[in-house]
Amino acid sequence: MGERTLAVEIWRGKEDGRFETYRVPHRDSQTILDVVTWVQRNEEPALAYRFACRVGMCGSCAMTVNGKPRWTCRTHVSKVAASDRVRIEPLRNLPRIKDLVTDLTPFFEKWQTARGRFEPSATRADPMAPVSPESPGRKAADAGIECINCAVCYAACDVVAWNPDYVGPAALNRAWTLVNDERDADRAGVLKAVSEAGGCHACHTHGSCVEHCPVGLNPTAGIAGLKRMTLTALLNGRLS
Amino acid sequence: MTEARLYLLQRGSAMLLAPLVLIHLALILYAVRDGLSAAEILDRTRGSVAWALFYGLFVAAVAVHAPIGLRNLAREWLAWHGPSVNVAVLAVGLVLLTLGIRAVWAVVGGGA
Repeated sequence: MGERTLAVEIWRGKEDGRFETYRVPHRDSQTILDVVTWVQRNEEPALAYRFACRVGMCGSCAMTVNGKPRWTCRTHVSKVAASDRVRIEPLRNLPRIKDLVTDLTPFFEKWQTARGRFEPSATRADPMAPVSPESPGRKAADAGIECINCAVCYAACDVVAWNPDYVGPAALNRAWTLVNDERDADRAGVLKAVSEAGGCHACHTHGSCVEHCPVGLNPTAGIAGLKRMTLTALLNGRLS
Repeated sequence: MTEARLYLLQRGSAMLLAPLVLIHLALILYAVRDGLSAAEILDRTRGSVAWALFYGLFVAAVAVHAPIGLRNLAREWLAWHGPSVNVAVLAVGLVLLTLGIRAVWAVVGGGA
């Protein structure tokens, strides 16, 4: 009996390209990243793909696997390839560079557009800020803080596909953690940034980000929170 | 900021429209119970301040709600961006408002 193999279709090229099929030996506990690495090392040395940690921490290796965005290092072939066929493409909603590598520049630029960066309210000379882990704000921030910036939610989001201005779930999730962080010096600035065109009000609450987030975050809930918070600020005249 | 205001206006007008639409539908069911005639409708509405306020509010809410929704559709589905889409949906809103007020006036004005 011959060795069990997988039929793996991998996107080659840029926007204009084609799928090429490779036969890859099946292994127990094999991940999609293992498959891509096998192809690169044995069949296609010029295959471009991106990874770093291989343990689900760095957020580098996300690709579209059988139509869904996934973190490939933690995606087992046995979970996604019922018929021993795997189709691997670059992430959706991002410019393609080569093969499985996308340009994440727009993704991270939109984090800046959404003011998704911490603005310190103290210096290193100041004492550490006492923040109660039980405070509602800290609990809300904690719920969204473990994002690994993999862009899976960004690729899964239909609103990102429709509206080029929309900053996307990850940037808004980051903004939500910041408006709940009492140490941030410019929380009003975050609310203002997410109220611009392409901000939180563009979200349709489809929930694709929640469905696909590999670390189980709920950006939709954070975006709903931003909508509530911005409307309260608007009604109180604090959103100028 | 403008986006937040538009969002508030659209959600606020939707909250207004939800009960108004239900009352409107209930009224249709009630009004046609013995057949429907223009005379019967006008008999109920002519000179009625209450119906003028009810449908006036209805028309105003629609004229706010519909153009904002159309603006979102135009931007997302037709990739129509820029100031021209705002002008277009504002025109739609004004047309809805004008036609609506005209219709309300037609059924409540003139009598009593």
